[in-house]
Amino acid sequence: MNEDDQDRMRKFLQQAMPPVKGESEPRRDLWPAMLRRLNARPAAPAQIGWAWFDGALAFGLLGLAAFFPASIPLLLYYL
Amino acid sequence: MQNGESNVLNQFQRGDAAAFETLFHQHQHAAYGWILRITRNPAAAEELTIETFWRIYNAYARFEPGRGFEGWARRIATRAALDWLRARRTESELSTEMPAEVASPVEADPAVTAEIRRKTAIAFSRLPPKLRIAATLAVIEELPQKDVAAALGISVAAVKLRVFRALRLLRKDLERQGITP
Repeated sequence: MNEDDQDRMRKFLQQAMPPVKGESEPRRDLWPAMLRRLNARPAAPAQIGWAWFDGALAFGLLGLAAFFPASIPLLLYYL
Repeated sequence: MQNGESNVLNQFQRGDAAAFETLFHQHQHAAYGWILRITRNPAAAEELTIETFWRIYNAYARFEPGRGFEGWARRIATRAALDWLRARRTESELSTEMPAEVASPVEADPAVTAEIRRKTAIAFSRLPPKLRIAATLAVIEELPQKDVAAALGISVAAVKLRVFRALRLLRKDLERQGITP
């Protein structure tokens, strides 16, 4: 796709899906809902959590990259 | 940065609940507007604004007052919206229903038919969420690429690449639906 195609696509999308422009405001004050959320669940200590699934996924990807180095560009492409 | 604002940020970083409330009231509209730009769904934007501030509340110890609140909050909001888009995409893969955000919250160009708008929105909803966010912010909302890059935590070059890939996928999808942009 060349630059002309990209420009044409941009113009088409802007006509079909006009911007929101971020001017809108919420229909209600969100603080009461925030308070309910805070009271329902006390804050967790600030730390980076690693679920077992994250570890398994990272291990699997490392294994794939180690045994099939040709897959590294594909993995990087999807990062 | 003014003294009062700086004090609030420092108090928040120490876990002060009153400072958090002040920041919530100061920034909830900006966060909502930002999330609405990404999701184009007012109800989801409200829920995600609360989710964003919930994450902010939990991450107070990692906040660096010297770097300002808005950019940090915007990155967290973007992450929350990205998670929502991923969940929506999985749901829409399982369902044949049209995504709720197809209904645009703003007036569309009358020269473009409703059918074209619908098909374009469906094609958009099929994009991988990372590409969809980049295309929404950089192409539809016409935000500077450096702002998009900062919100997504990636480089400007990566934003350009994601937009290019999104446009290519959208064109293919639209052509499959019988629309030639």
